[in-house]
Amino acid sequence: MAATPAIDVRNVTKIYRRYAQKRQFATLKSALLTGTMIQDLRPEETFPALRDVSFSVQPGCTYGVIGRNGSGKSTALKCVAGITKPTSGTVTVNGRISALIELGAGFHPEISGRENVYINGIMLGLSKKEVGRRFDEIVEFAELQDFIDAPVKTYSSGMYMRLGFAVAIHVDPDVLLVDEVLAVGDEGFTHKCLDKFGEFRRRGKTILLVTHSLGLVERFCDEVLWLDQGQNRASGDPRRVCGMYITAVEKSEERMLAQADEKARAAVDAESSPAATADKPTDPVSAEQAPADMFQATEGRWGSREVEITRVDLLGEDGEPSHVFHSGEKVTVRLDVAAKKPVADFVFGFGLFNAEGVCCYGTNTSIEQLISEKLEGTGTVDLVIDRLDLTEGTYKIDVAVHKLDGYPYDYHRLLYTFRVKSRTKDVGIYRPQHNWSFSKGIRLRPGDL
Amino acid sequence: MLHNLAQLVRYRGLIQSLVARELKARYRGSVLGFFWSFINPLLLLLIYSFVFTVVLPGTHPKEIEPYALFMFCGILPWTWFSSSLSESANVLISGGNLIKKVLFPAEVLPIVTVLANMVHFFLGLPILALFLIYYRAPLNFPELLWFPVVVFVQFLLTTGLAFGLSALTVHFRDIKDILANLLTFWFFATPIIYPMSAAPGVGKQALNFNPFTHLAISYQEILFYPGPFGHWKWLMALAGASLLVFIGGYFLFDRLRDSFAEEV
Repeated sequence: MAATPAIDVRNVTKIYRRYAQKRQFATLKSALLTGTMIQDLRPEETFPALRDVSFSVQPGCTYGVIGRNGSGKSTALKCVAGITKPTSGTVTVNGRISALIELGAGFHPEISGRENVYINGIMLGLSKKEVGRRFDEIVEFAELQDFIDAPVKTYSSGMYMRLGFAVAIHVDPDVLLVDEVLAVGDEGFTHKCLDKFGEFRRRGKTILLVTHSLGLVERFCDEVLWLDQGQNRASGDPRRVCGMYITAVEKSEERMLAQADEKARAAVDAESSPAATADKPTDPVSAEQAPADMFQATEGRWGSREVEITRVDLLGEDGEPSHVFHSGEKVTVRLDVAAKKPVADFVFGFGLFNAEGVCCYGTNTSIEQLISEKLEGTGTVDLVIDRLDLTEGTYKIDVAVHKLDGYPYDYHRLLYTFRVKSRTKDVGIYRPQHNWSFSKGIRLRPGDL
Repeated sequence: MLHNLAQLVRYRGLIQSLVARELKARYRGSVLGFFWSFINPLLLLLIYSFVFTVVLPGTHPKEIEPYALFMFCGILPWTWFSSSLSESANVLISGGNLIKKVLFPAEVLPIVTVLANMVHFFLGLPILALFLIYYRAPLNFPELLWFPVVVFVQFLLTTGLAFGLSALTVHFRDIKDILANLLTFWFFATPIIYPMSAAPGVGKQALNFNPFTHLAISYQEILFYPGPFGHWKWLMALAGASLLVFIGGYFLFDRLRDSFAEEV
């Protein structure tokens, strides 16, 4: 397309100032005298929300912006909307803009919905007559026919949002900016909003959509920009960019879980260091150390440490330690064990819990009819799970080595966390491998995810 | 800046509906509603009349009888002036939602504040008229033609100050409190409850630097004293100064405009 872009963002940098209270005087003074508020500031007092971001949106295109919290998405939208000015770079928008940034932002609680619709419409750039013409349509869209003459303060938050959305969408802009506002109202209203977006697209209007919902992006957008810490990480085809984004989110989640694991382990090690238990190696575990109810989900580590689990890793299909797995993936739980002296009475155990503390699965070598013979020195124990058929969520595991009568050598309770990711948002804990099949006369087609 | 000022004309529909909203919202839910616009100045007048005619009789010179009428000529415009300023100091902060979330011309907010208070002022005028008729004030028509001029000058001055105050308060929240005290002082430093002639020599010089002095005297000369309107030179000088205040206030506002969305 050779047409002039509807939105053209060129090398936009936005720097927010962070300054101590006493700096304000100097800044204001310099601002008044020289008009250079930003140039005077030293770098440690600034925070770049956008760094040299460029993109352009062709007319009629639906353009998505994704990224983590604080990545600069909303700032980008505000720059396009003209609410804030970029520190450097240019933003050009052709056509009337309506920004769905905060719905009903201009509503006055004391006056009626009717008057608010008029004022809000005028604020968004309509004339009084134009609002009058669209009034019935707006009220109908918001489903507020019965309440339109009541003061807005009596509205529920859903009603408030619906009215705000209805006004904003009926401004009939050439360029619509949407910032994560589709989560208003019930299912039915959300569908109505999506239908309205569809109508906008069909009429060749331009939409800039900031959202966390990747499904929405893949379904609606022609192009996507992924912002990361204010920078353009990737842009282009929605499926490709979303895929990259998901991978990056998994990686960072992985890092966070690894850190959390590290912390949990360190905390437990400090609490029950081997030195404390080494004094009385044969002392059975004291009552307060071991939880009374084994199904109570409390984290901790206890045991005599005659046999010690020195390391626990979850290995993915590639054999590398990981904390994020896909549903149905092969996972190996690897324990590094070390025995202070050779023992013959030992059982390895494993338990899996979900985030609510529900035991999803538990087993040990004794239950599975493996009789212990000898354990000396160091070694590794692998529990290979061929398919991790769990639904999406966060899970924790228990690992233990103990005597057949339950006397604990080393018990790691809920110390290891991992996440299961899934493209399907099915519910429950366990996902049996399954397929749908239908007889003749029943037809379904694959939807777009 | 001139371009932005010209834009203001485009926003007149918005300003109009916002002023209407402001007025409607203010008295929504109160039993007397709009009557408060009449009652408030009346009550204020009652208090001052009581203090200066019953509690402290004979403190004001003979020339300003009837005293209630004299005071009313000054208190009514002063109320417009002082509430406009104290409200406009806060107007950008309380309207922060609009500035941050909607593409909204911020200068509309202080203007709406001044205009809404001007409407209250106008609503007080019928009561003033009743007083004038009751006391058989020596009105004459050519003098009354000056009245809209005075109102316009006051509007210019108030709006200019409102621009500056609202913009600065975004950065210095202290202004709100300073202003509340300053306005009390300002009221007594203006010949509203006393005539200019009652001020001592040095004080008179100082009072001349107070812009509201000339507005108050103009109102008093037009409505209270028998003609002709002799203060017009001062008024014209004030009109020029007010224009400068207006331009200066708007310039300041325009300079700080980009910081509002971040600082509010």
